[in-house]
Amino acid sequence: MKILVCISNVPDTTTKIKFTSDGSQFDATGVQWIINPWDELALTRAMELKETTGGLIDNITVINVGTKDTEITIRKALSVGADHAVRIDAVPTDAYAVAYEIAKYLESHPFDLILTGIESSDYNGNAVGGMLAEMLNIPSVSSVSSIEIVDGQVLITREIDGGKQLLNVPTPLVAVVQKGIAKEPRIPSMRGIMAARTKVIEVVSPANVQPLTDYIHFDLPQPKGKCKMIPADQIDELIHVLHQEIKAI
Amino acid sequence: MNFELTEEQKLIQQAARDLAEREALLDVIERDEKAEYPYKHVQRMKELGFFGMTVDPKYDGGGMDSLSYVLVLEELAKHDSSLAVILSVHNSLACWGVENFGNEYQKEKYLKPMARGEVIGAFLLSEPEAGSDATHQKTLAEDMGDYYLINGVKNWITSASTAGYYIVIAQTKPELRHKGINAFIVEKDTPGITLGPHENKMGMRSSDTHSVMFTNVKVPKENRIGEDGFGFKFAMKCLEVGRIGIAAQALGIAEGAYMRSLKYAKERKAFGTEIANHQAIAFKLADMAVKIETAKLLVYKAATLKDMHQPFGLISAMAKRYCADIAMEVTTEAVQIHGGYGYVKEYHVERLFREAKLTQIYEGTSEIQRIVISRAILSE
Repeated sequence: MKILVCISNVPDTTTKIKFTSDGSQFDATGVQWIINPWDELALTRAMELKETTGGLIDNITVINVGTKDTEITIRKALSVGADHAVRIDAVPTDAYAVAYEIAKYLESHPFDLILTGIESSDYNGNAVGGMLAEMLNIPSVSSVSSIEIVDGQVLITREIDGGKQLLNVPTPLVAVVQKGIAKEPRIPSMRGIMAARTKVIEVVSPANVQPLTDYIHFDLPQPKGKCKMIPADQIDELIHVLHQEIKAI
Repeated sequence: MNFELTEEQKLIQQAARDLAEREALLDVIERDEKAEYPYKHVQRMKELGFFGMTVDPKYDGGGMDSLSYVLVLEELAKHDSSLAVILSVHNSLACWGVENFGNEYQKEKYLKPMARGEVIGAFLLSEPEAGSDATHQKTLAEDMGDYYLINGVKNWITSASTAGYYIVIAQTKPELRHKGINAFIVEKDTPGITLGPHENKMGMRSSDTHSVMFTNVKVPKENRIGEDGFGFKFAMKCLEVGRIGIAAQALGIAEGAYMRSLKYAKERKAFGTEIANHQAIAFKLADMAVKIETAKLLVYKAATLKDMHQPFGLISAMAKRYCADIAMEVTTEAVQIHGGYGYVKEYHVERLFREAKLTQIYEGTSEIQRIVISRAILSE
């Protein structure tokens, strides 16, 4: 069985987000890039499945649509244990273009289980997994919180309103994973980092599909206004502020 | 000159940061208070391959460069210096010493288990009456023909109770003074070795420090490192490398105090605004940042020279002296910026302040580093 984990390259979650002065682009100056946390959990679960299914899974590949700058992120995935990596050499413009590029690659490189994180932590699109399954004409399961492989069958638990749903899904399939899929991402060991030196990142030319969407403008949220605390017993003061100062009443 | 870390160095740095932030930081205050050894975290450092990370892969090591190793110590020390010192003594002194001056038998038997992280190494040089003046070793290693008989006391030994192998420095021919000193690899469970009580230290309380007594301890001749009388030179060479590790640790301590102060100064308000907006605090932060940046350049340069197989003894002494001293200065200001909160344990800076003090003392005091530096520059 072969598992593909789709990974996005995203700004570290503690990054202070800035946009260029005309608001047309994200300003990546000085940003530290990481594997999208959801994708990293997907990779962790893939590793766990490989270790616990006694040779059933013979290959875990990570795939990324991105420029050469993303290779440190890909290298980390290799150092925690992915066997192989593919980088489709294109700027990930929108979810459609990313899904299309991956689908194109998969036409000639089939996988049994394809994992994507529920969303990327930067643009929060939540779209690639579903689109990818549609393009490949295979099942996709969303909100996946657990994947088990029992007797060669892929058993998936997904979160539904007020409970959980257990599914037996035929392969190949796309599982869009969320919280709970794995406990926490793995820290690469020195051995893993050393082993990653000899693993090759396969660079694939893009299909150069046109994105379906375009960003017009980015804005930061409005800064929070000043907060004035009024003790509960000072009703007159509250009325004064609401009436005279902010003229809300 | 290239100031950019390689992809691999960044990965290693992040791995150490993750271990320190996600795991060690969670119980660091409790371990410090109870002076508890970090068994769980030492096990994780073994799993991640930090023990023996710079040893050649042909001796089962990680084969990483010194700069990567410095990055690991720096990241650990931002949150937990005890982990950094356990690692530094093992890698910089025990592993490096045996790898560079041991024979093939010693490397096969002792270096490999240390490089795999299966056995921790300790370095026994200081004595009750021989600290900075290491030439006056009172511990005797009497040459008995096919073995040495060791008698004496060693002080302030990091990992004394948890290590399996001791690198012991002892005097064989007192009449030759430092030229009569030898270095030995001694297995800790050899009969005649006893430990003093756990030292109740000011800082780095989670590391394991004892005195070690040797009473008629028989050490096979083949466990002597190098030629007869090589021990003092061996110890000094090891300390040249050790200084880089302690400098990196001191740098990490300073950074840990600085980043907490920066965060606190942006949040804490006084006189109607965040205290970072008061020049008295802003200038303290500016000075801390300059010192840290300078310290980083020194210690990274020392590690880089070592990786380039160029002489690094002088620069490592400069790095150790400077990093240790600025760690003390930066942590002192960090406590000051935090005010009363800096004086209680929850904010970590009082612990970093206590930890910084030791970096000015062990593996060559700041005063000894000045001797090393002044002798080197005056002899040029």
